Amino acid sequence: MSYLRSFGRFWWNFIVGDDWRVAAGLAGAFALTWLLEDNGVAAWWLLPLAVAALLAGSVWGEAGGSN
Amino acid sequence: MSSNVLTFLATFIASAVEAVEALTIVLAVGVVRGWRSTLIGVGVASLVLAMIVAALGPALQHIPIGTLRFVVGALLLAFGLQWLRKAILRASGYKPLHDEAEAFSREREQAGSAAVAGSARMDWYSFTVAFKGVLLEGLEVAFIVVSFGATQGRLGLAVAAAVAAGVLVVVAGLVVRGPLERVPENTLKFAVGVMLSSFGIFWGGEGAGVEWPGGDVAILGVVAFVGLVSFVLTRALRRRRLALQPAVVRG
Repeated sequence: MSYLRSFGRFWWNFIVGDDWRVAAGLAGAFALTWLLEDNGVAAWWLLPLAVAALLAGSVWGEAGGSN
Repeated sequence: MSSNVLTFLATFIASAVEAVEALTIVLAVGVVRGWRSTLIGVGVASLVLAMIVAALGPALQHIPIGTLRFVVGALLLAFGLQWLRKAILRASGYKPLHDEAEAFSREREQAGSAAVAGSARMDWYSFTVAFKGVLLEGLEVAFIVVSFGATQGRLGLAVAAAVAAGVLVVVAGLVVRGPLERVPENTLKFAVGVMLSSFGIFWGGEGAGVEWPGGDVAILGVVAFVGLVSFVLTRALRRRRLALQPAVVRG
């Protein structure tokens, strides 16, 4: 049981980490990319922009909290 | 004769590109988090890869590589962004530079005489990242070998070209490992975060159906973009921290 719990905690830390909003935002960006591409819209630009926005929001929020 | 040379060259170059991608990830994780678990990850991935290739052979072409790319890319991106986030906060002064080292020594102190066990403990992060990188790239090399080799009827020649490319890239990795280990820790983590996130964007995007402008060369553009964004964020946060510090502290 404790092995299962530590296995689950490992994957939670691996995927979600300190900021769950980044993980949720990535999931949304991937879903939107897939949806656009599936409908014939070139969406190569979406993931880099989403990553930039999520990273900026996350570090800015953390820095704001520590002031 | 010339078709043999072309088959060898095409397989060699394509395999070398994939091997360099795997090497980048292995070097990045090994230098930052330690070699033991990283190399175990490489070894286990190589074993799994050998078993898959032996079991499936030419049927490899039917494995859904898009799905694999998507899963590996998304996980790499999620993990890489966590590293990048911490590296930016450290570089801009919002997190102590050695907080992980301090936490590690604290844990070791609490564990009392468990120093030997600590050094021998498995680092599952290094293992998982190295395992996935090597398995994905290894599978791509296997597809290349099967595609070039089977279509030309020269499977042995294609295997030889892929092995030669692998040996060359591993030797290159051993050469650059030493100089890399002398780079300051947070600078390295910053660079590794940029690399993992960029590969994650690239593979994850391909898995989600993206066709990158310029093909594989686009990875360089993604690395440059993620690097630039991270650099600008670090500068902006550092400026903000200095502006918020009281004048007395600054003076």
